[in-house]
Amino acid sequence: MCNCCNKDSKYYEPFETILSGFRGVESELIPILQKLQEAYGYLPEDIIKRLSERTGIFVTQIMGVATFYSQFKLRPAGKHSVKICFGTACHVNGAETVAEALCDELGIKLGETTPDGLITLESVACLGCCSLAPVIMIDDEAFGRLTASKVRQIIRDLYEKEGKSK
Amino acid sequence: MKLLIGLGSCGIAAGGMKVRDAFTELSAQNPGIDLVIAETGCMGMCYKEPMVELIDDKGFGTVYGGVTPEIAKEIFEKHILGGVPAEEYVVAKSDGGGAEGSFISKQQRIVLSRCGKINPESIDEAIAMGAYKGLEKALKSMTPEEVIAEVLASGVKGRGGAGFPTGLKWKFAAAEKADQKYIICNADEGDPGAFMDRSVLEGDPHSVIEGLAIGGYAIGASEGYVYARAEYPIAIKRLQIAIKQAEERGLLGDNILGTGFSFHLHIKQGAGAFVCGEETALIASIEGQRGMPRMRPPYPANKGLFGKPSNINNVETLANIGWIIRNGAEKFAAIGTEKSKGTKVFALAGKIKRGGLVEIPIGLTIRDVVFGIGGGTVSGKPFKAVQLGGPSGGCIPAELVDTVIDYDTLNATGAIMGSGGMIVMDEDNCMVDIARYFLNFTQSESCGKCTFCKIGTKRMLEILERITKGEGVEGDIEKLEYLADQIRRNALCGLGQTAPNPVLTTLRYFRHEYEAHIRDKKCPAHQCKALIKYEIDPAKCIGCTACAKKCPVNAIEGKAKTAHSIDQAKCIKCGTCLSSCKFGAISVD
Repeated sequence: MCNCCNKDSKYYEPFETILSGFRGVESELIPILQKLQEAYGYLPEDIIKRLSERTGIFVTQIMGVATFYSQFKLRPAGKHSVKICFGTACHVNGAETVAEALCDELGIKLGETTPDGLITLESVACLGCCSLAPVIMIDDEAFGRLTASKVRQIIRDLYEKEGKSK
Repeated sequence: MKLLIGLGSCGIAAGGMKVRDAFTELSAQNPGIDLVIAETGCMGMCYKEPMVELIDDKGFGTVYGGVTPEIAKEIFEKHILGGVPAEEYVVAKSDGGGAEGSFISKQQRIVLSRCGKINPESIDEAIAMGAYKGLEKALKSMTPEEVIAEVLASGVKGRGGAGFPTGLKWKFAAAEKADQKYIICNADEGDPGAFMDRSVLEGDPHSVIEGLAIGGYAIGASEGYVYARAEYPIAIKRLQIAIKQAEERGLLGDNILGTGFSFHLHIKQGAGAFVCGEETALIASIEGQRGMPRMRPPYPANKGLFGKPSNINNVETLANIGWIIRNGAEKFAAIGTEKSKGTKVFALAGKIKRGGLVEIPIGLTIRDVVFGIGGGTVSGKPFKAVQLGGPSGGCIPAELVDTVIDYDTLNATGAIMGSGGMIVMDEDNCMVDIARYFLNFTQSESCGKCTFCKIGTKRMLEILERITKGEGVEGDIEKLEYLADQIRRNALCGLGQTAPNPVLTTLRYFRHEYEAHIRDKKCPAHQCKALIKYEIDPAKCIGCTACAKKCPVNAIEGKAKTAHSIDQAKCIKCGTCLSSCKFGAISVD
């Protein structure tokens, strides 16, 4: 655990606010981690350590839970999240081709973040809007009935909107 | 007049919010008109989203589909202001008319009876359509034993997939003596391609709350949990609102309806683990641990959440309960086949013309659903198979299209009723690839606790991957069958025990496709990229350059007005050229 980074006092404010709403017992571990991730964008190492100190739940146990569930992130994510759906309906309608085009366009693999920190690309099991298959979701917006060329254009548009070049 | 706007997840994804804003703005510009704009959940016709329903003062509804802000303006001017329906956008009418009327007319709605009709955030609208009447009847005029007897008599079985009789499950939990018991709603809908539970929670959360409260009364539980996927934010929000409203009305909480029965309901959000749909894993997850299944017995009915007797039911199962108590078991049991009663909700998707959420009386055939309701394949190409039950289920081939949809008949095909995912496939879908797809899913979701699942599915996946890459060898099929049998018999939980099903059913009905991959190094459906090749017929190519412009990797060469060719070394086999050629000059083999 690293404590050399001298976080300013404000850094731990969300942590304190969140923990004050819980008793700190084991059955609350998942909701606590969900709230912490919501506030910090991921689960930073020092926050996990502090959580362990506060609740008495071992770091190993917290890490066990944090790594078991796919929702929890241990590294900061990009500014935008791009999720590609690999549900059955998307699969039979060509999700793999769309995914290849996405990876190629962004120059990263699934689960990675672009070097400029703009986009994190993830795969999800099902977004549940099967009639729009194949689907990707950028932040909270779904884009449906995609093809390889459409998805490339969507990414180019996103970069243009951000005023960045790839 | 009342205008309902379908704002389930898929309605929103398709642009429903923009449509709502357009109508709101139009309404504000015409202050004199009598129009109430309300939100509702899923209307079922996902393929026509965004949808709106205009209900006139006599209660006659006209449903519009594929609405955009521009079409909204037309509907507003013609129908709302002018009184004449904008027929070209009408998909259904109250009297069964409309272009898509046959999508609805074959359905029978119990679970979805209020979905798409009420504002899910208004308890008054739910109550006006019968919500909580079953709870009132149970608490005021029935003993817990009578409630269980009624549910048993209805014949309702668990809709999550396993099909265990709900009344029997309740009886076991009721028989336990304990200071505290729990009833849990399993809303961890994880099958890819399934969205039944989400739609029910988004469209009519009160039906699930009512089912839980009745179940709590029946088994003697004063605490309940809904374990919902974190990926369903709208469902969770609407459920939170519904619980609060029910508490305010005295339909949840202490001393419900003055009967002395108390029931408190909590929501627990999952964190993304498919295995948590298994009941002992779900319990571990609520307790704050890694969601790993444990050996049964003891069953949750004896030793469940926090070590107390617990009963777990699926969303759809619980949504039936209020209806059953309100209308009586006999009326429910009149629907369905001899051994499978009631209705079943399916999420119809894949290569289907009219995909969406359908609720059918059990006993229809696959043909009735795929062709009668779904309108056949969207491509117009021959129907090849339907996949039921997601990663635990199997593929039923076109020749068995007249199979009756009930628990026993479906089990006999090797598939299962499942939780309700129904994915339609046409001749362009490779069945080996489908098997690989599902096994890849279960393998990555395997919790890693037992060897048969953790390593067995990994080995099966490796074999399937090499087959789809053209590297399959003689003996692979037999090896798959051996592993499948071992995993089925020895895995710890339902996830592992059913994981081989997609492989076994495709082997049963489409063995020749496996053999073509292994022996001839061909993919008959032209899906497996390592086994296909795109080529341009120089006699048919006129050199229009359309394909060359679209090719994402510049693999197509040739001057304008002369025949083009594909550089096979560069080609990524994405199929873009094939779909861009207007002259049929590109073929795949």
